[in-house]
Amino acid sequence: MTIFYFVAFLSIFFALMTIFTKNPVHSVLYLVITFFTFTIHYILLNAQFLAVVNFIVYMGAIMVLFLFVLMLLNLNKDTEPMKSNLVKIMGTIAGMCLIATVLGALKVIETNNGFVTGNTDFGLVKNLGKILFDEFLLPFELSSILLLTAMVGAILLAKKDKKEA
Amino acid sequence: MIELIWLIPLLPLLGFLINGLGQNVLPKPLIGILGSGVVFASFLISCVLFGEVNTARSAGEAGTFTYQLFDWISVGSFNLSFSFLLDPLSAIMLLIVTGIGFLIHLYSYSYMEHDEGFGKFFSYLNLFIFFMLLLVLGSNYLIMFIGWEGVGLCSYLLIGFWYKNVDYSSAAKKAFVMNRIGDLGFLIAVFAIIATFGSLEFGEVLPAAAQLPMGDTALLLITLMLFIAATGKSAQLPLFTWLPDAMAGPTPVSALIHAATMVTAGIYMIARSNILFTLSPITMQIIAVVGLATALLAACIAITQNDIKKVLAYSTVSQLGYMFLGLGVGAFTGAFFHVLTHAFFKALLFLGAGSVIHAMSNEQDMRMMGGLKKKLPITYITMLIGTIAIAGIPPLSGFFSKDEILAYAFFASPVFWVLGFIGALFTAFYMFRLLALTFFGKFRGTEEQKHHVHESPWQMTLPLIVLAVFAAVGGCLNIPAALHGNSWLAQFLAPIFADSQTIAQPFHLEHTTEYILMAASTVGALAMAFYAINTYRRNVSVTDTSKGGVLYKLSYHKFYIDEIYQALVVKPLDAASRAFYKVVDRDGIDRLVHAVGDFFILSGRGIRQVQNGHVGFYIFMMVVGVIAIMVYGFLHV
Amino acid sequence: MDHIVQNIQGIPLNHYLIFCSIVFAIGVIGVLIRRNVIIIMMSIELMLNSVNLLLAAFSAYRGDASGQVFVFFVMALAAAEVAVGLAIVIMVYRNTKSVDLESLSKLRW
Repeated sequence: MTIFYFVAFLSIFFALMTIFTKNPVHSVLYLVITFFTFTIHYILLNAQFLAVVNFIVYMGAIMVLFLFVLMLLNLNKDTEPMKSNLVKIMGTIAGMCLIATVLGALKVIETNNGFVTGNTDFGLVKNLGKILFDEFLLPFELSSILLLTAMVGAILLAKKDKKEA
Repeated sequence: MIELIWLIPLLPLLGFLINGLGQNVLPKPLIGILGSGVVFASFLISCVLFGEVNTARSAGEAGTFTYQLFDWISVGSFNLSFSFLLDPLSAIMLLIVTGIGFLIHLYSYSYMEHDEGFGKFFSYLNLFIFFMLLLVLGSNYLIMFIGWEGVGLCSYLLIGFWYKNVDYSSAAKKAFVMNRIGDLGFLIAVFAIIATFGSLEFGEVLPAAAQLPMGDTALLLITLMLFIAATGKSAQLPLFTWLPDAMAGPTPVSALIHAATMVTAGIYMIARSNILFTLSPITMQIIAVVGLATALLAACIAITQNDIKKVLAYSTVSQLGYMFLGLGVGAFTGAFFHVLTHAFFKALLFLGAGSVIHAMSNEQDMRMMGGLKKKLPITYITMLIGTIAIAGIPPLSGFFSKDEILAYAFFASPVFWVLGFIGALFTAFYMFRLLALTFFGKFRGTEEQKHHVHESPWQMTLPLIVLAVFAAVGGCLNIPAALHGNSWLAQFLAPIFADSQTIAQPFHLEHTTEYILMAASTVGALAMAFYAINTYRRNVSVTDTSKGGVLYKLSYHKFYIDEIYQALVVKPLDAASRAFYKVVDRDGIDRLVHAVGDFFILSGRGIRQVQNGHVGFYIFMMVVGVIAIMVYGFLHV
Repeated sequence: MDHIVQNIQGIPLNHYLIFCSIVFAIGVIGVLIRRNVIIIMMSIELMLNSVNLLLAAFSAYRGDASGQVFVFFVMALAAAEVAVGLAIVIMVYRNTKSVDLESLSKLRW
């Protein structure tokens, strides 16, 4: 039980580090750690498939992509553009207000904290796979087209112009 | 044969469309033949229909036919059909419009031959004939109003035919504006008729009106408004000033529109609704007085004018005044008879004047003419006939029609007769002055003009001859009983005026009285004729404008009526609109509008700062917005 | 497995909501206070993940697998988004020699 609060504390801490670290490379690394804590959260929720996917896709693929781009563009602390303090304070205040309103809203709306007992194993790969390939077959296939499109788009965008080449 | 009636207005309309659309494509002879031909065809059909009506009249019937084309307006209980009415009155008007119209088309073919707007001219003329026929044939006040407006439009177009001349354009505008005042009267009258009778059909309104008591107030309003309309269209006091200026148009136009047909529309309309007027004695009095005043005033002005067409224009106004006098004293037949004869001799005179102007290379000042008797024999003889006719010297047509009106005037009040008689003397004087200045004495133009003078081609002289014949013998149509005639026209038109005749006091004069009146006017006219010829055949210096007394100057400057209108109406209106422009429009409305505009410009300038292109700021605003929505949301849960 | 269920049962759903809101807000703050486009994209990922976790939590508490399927789709979407987004960043960098958001302020009156 306490493990949730501990991990949640870590998540928030590293998330904050992510956005407040000046060096972009460090930011990415903190984000990786944040995502790792999220993976733990998924395991705690008995969502093993999501935990695996999160681990592979986010920490593996997406974060590497970020890191790769940062390296490619050769960004570091010195080249990092920073906003003025006023803007930072304003942004922070706005974020705080957002939390305050969301929490306020949650307080107004009574959340049902009850836990529905029943099958808790649907987070397993086998069970989720059955649902995914049965009920959600069409969206699943469509998402593959989406990924293909994104891939083509990304290549097209990142490709150097022939004129420049 | 009544089925053919729709062809009568349709043919000129077709001519207008073809000539109007093809004015730059079609060759001139084709345009001329087409333009004249359609009118001639209408004339033939009109003749046939007139024959029908005449047969019916001879058989003792009313000779009234209606031919419905289609239902036009049908709102609730109010129904209005687009239909034509053929009765003795419209049958005669048909003949005048199409017959004289054809002659003038023929005349124009030669007169306008060298004008660049030849096709345009013929298309306008055809359009005019179309609208005039609609006016004449309409079986209700609304169709009549269409024609009424249409002829006003054509009048405007044709007065301003040489639109490049600014004076001519403004003359056209003047005619249009003056006519509008009258048209407003017509519209009000139409509404009043709907309100009173619930219908506009002549066939329903007139019998219904006959049931009303004498001096009904609704009738008073209707008739006054109709009379205002008539003063606009038929150039009576106080709206007559446009007609002399309308002489800016080509001479055939003056002959057709501003002498023979359009200007008589007011008389036609009043004759058509005679029962309304008979039942409204106040209006009748006003009509008689206004007609008489117009006749005298215009005759006074005509005496001193030097422009040949201006003299004829004022003469037209004066003769129209006589017709209104006739209407006012109840001589409906006489007034319409005068319309008929006037159409002949005034068209003749205008066409003759056109022939003279043509021969003199567009010289219109009579002081520059003279001695044309030898050079233009046909024109001279025909114009002489026309002049005798208009002067009222027997046995030509003008004598009969004018005398009938004067006889009725005498019956109504001897004062009317005396004034009318004086007007007739003036008429004889200025017409013979015109004749003397133009054809007698020595030639006073330039050498070049003298060399150029020639008789006009047959297209121009033929209409002159035909009209001269009619002007000479037209009087036979209605020879009064006093002269052992059978008053054919009065008999023919009897059903139209039957209701009025039963209501009004029966006209009765001793034959001896009539003889005395006739003799007086004949002797007077002859005396004035000889006086005028003697004065003007040699002595031209009389026309010198610098000399002469106060009366002469008054007359020469047209009694300053234009100037009076300018000072009394135009200037105050001008000043008022200027004041309104400054105070209401610029300081009021403009300020308000500008303030609204400025407000949005300024606020836009302020709000535009938000749109600064910084994505971060946009996101920030978005977050603020989301927070705001959430706050709003849970405040209202 | 049992102790996991017990573990979840011990934590009220509200705490997941609070936790995820905080992480989401941190993502928002990140977007607001940074000018580096890449960091902003990372903040967006942070927000996406917080929502993902919340979905998974709801799914577990409700015993309904749809939420987890949805998370799966969001992840696919996020992968696509990152790929295209980073490609755009590269393009922008190539043209402006900067990853500064302020250099992209052409969209204005």
